[in-house]
Amino acid sequence: MLKFTAEHEWLKLEGDVATVGITQHAADQLGDLVFVELPEVGAELVKDGNAATVESVKAASDVYSPLDGEVVEINQAIVDDPSLVNSDPQAAAWFFKLKLKNVSDVDGLMDEAAYKDLIG
Amino acid sequence: MGDQTNDQTVLKITPLHALHLSLGAKMVPFAGYDMPVQYPLGVMKEHLHTRTAAGLFDVSHMGQVIVKAKSGEYADAALALEKLVPVDILALKEGRQRYGFFTDANGGILDDLMITNRGDHLLVVVNAACKDQDVAHMKANLAGCDVELLEDRALIALQGPRAQAVLAELWAGVSAMKFMDVREVPLHDVPCIVSRSGYSGEDGFEISVPADKAEEIAKALLEHPDCEAIGLGARDSLRLEAGLCLYGNDIDTTTSPIEASLEWALQKARKTGGDREGGFPGAERILAELANGTSRRRVGLKPEGKAPVRSHAKLYADAEGKTEIGEVTSGTFGPSVEGPVAMGYLPTAQSTPGTQVYAEVRGKYLPMTVAALPFITPTYKR
Repeated sequence: MLKFTAEHEWLKLEGDVATVGITQHAADQLGDLVFVELPEVGAELVKDGNAATVESVKAASDVYSPLDGEVVEINQAIVDDPSLVNSDPQAAAWFFKLKLKNVSDVDGLMDEAAYKDLIG
Repeated sequence: MGDQTNDQTVLKITPLHALHLSLGAKMVPFAGYDMPVQYPLGVMKEHLHTRTAAGLFDVSHMGQVIVKAKSGEYADAALALEKLVPVDILALKEGRQRYGFFTDANGGILDDLMITNRGDHLLVVVNAACKDQDVAHMKANLAGCDVELLEDRALIALQGPRAQAVLAELWAGVSAMKFMDVREVPLHDVPCIVSRSGYSGEDGFEISVPADKAEEIAKALLEHPDCEAIGLGARDSLRLEAGLCLYGNDIDTTTSPIEASLEWALQKARKTGGDREGGFPGAERILAELANGTSRRRVGLKPEGKAPVRSHAKLYADAEGKTEIGEVTSGTFGPSVEGPVAMGYLPTAQSTPGTQVYAEVRGKYLPMTVAALPFITPTYKR
């Protein structure tokens, strides 16, 4: 089951590792992405801290870490082809995998229905 | 993801506003207007479509201004305008257009504009954000002339290698026009002023249309299978690839025309030794810079990596960020170049194509190479 943040990240938990990406809504709002910069494996991220940068033709935007944790894997495919984020943001175009500091923090995030209410 | 802020001020609309909404445009505030930044096609495809077929842009937010001498003589209007621009207006032939700029007493640029000889008057097209100030400037300084901002006309730009074929559906005579020619012609029985010009680096046209007929003409052009509506997002990447300045980014009152590498827009008659040498605001500085050069120049910049380098990024001589030497004024991803492109100012000594500099982006120093402008080969019909 996917969880969501108000900053338009999604998160999918498997054990204590969360796969993180940006939502379809966010990808649609950004438009054609031309550049993605991901954190390094081993980086310690903090909730709401900068985790990645995406750039469309128009502008750069920050992607924040949804929770505290350590980056254990990054998705090189979206660095090589940023347009994947536009075509499949909530599956193939995940950004990074985060080994969570406190797995129970996931409970504080929105479920899909709550996120849909948020974006209207 | 960071939230984008919304401008809550009341925005003006152009005569094509309803059409943009019906086409599914994403609208944004731009120079006080609610304008289409992109359509469902997306900025990337819109850009590439304009380079390979034809794109239709709403540029009605720009100011269309008539300057007419009270005497009714073109020469009187031309000589009056020459007091505000370093451009030869007197020798501009009837039905021809020329690029220019208003300068200030310090030699800075107040706005850039297109100027057309319309027989007994001048038609001047100025930037949206500057138009009120430009009209006031002309009213205050064009002695013996009437200055009128046309509020009841739209302006449609049709750009790209198929622009002629698209426009030919409405008017067969278009093929006889050359770059910077201007003709008054009926399109669908609507009296329009068509210039063979634009701001994309492609062959194309700008069409001045009575406001109440703008949607009809735009729809007629969009009926052609080669023509797509294109937003301001692609307009920006197209003009940047073409090495064309955006007022407020690449040029403003802090940049002289020579620093901005716009000396090509000054004709012989207005330069030192010319028939009507000087006589425009800031002439002393501008003519001295023409003769002696400037300490800095506007250049093209090609980032070596994939990251776009945006406006206001600082430029350094070294990879450690020790010696700041300039600033990026426009930068984005160039869909036709298939990589990031930028423009900015550098010391003249470091402005030669091939020179390596470094731009600060999110705390890193990214290598960039000074590049010849434009980044693409223009297809103007000279």
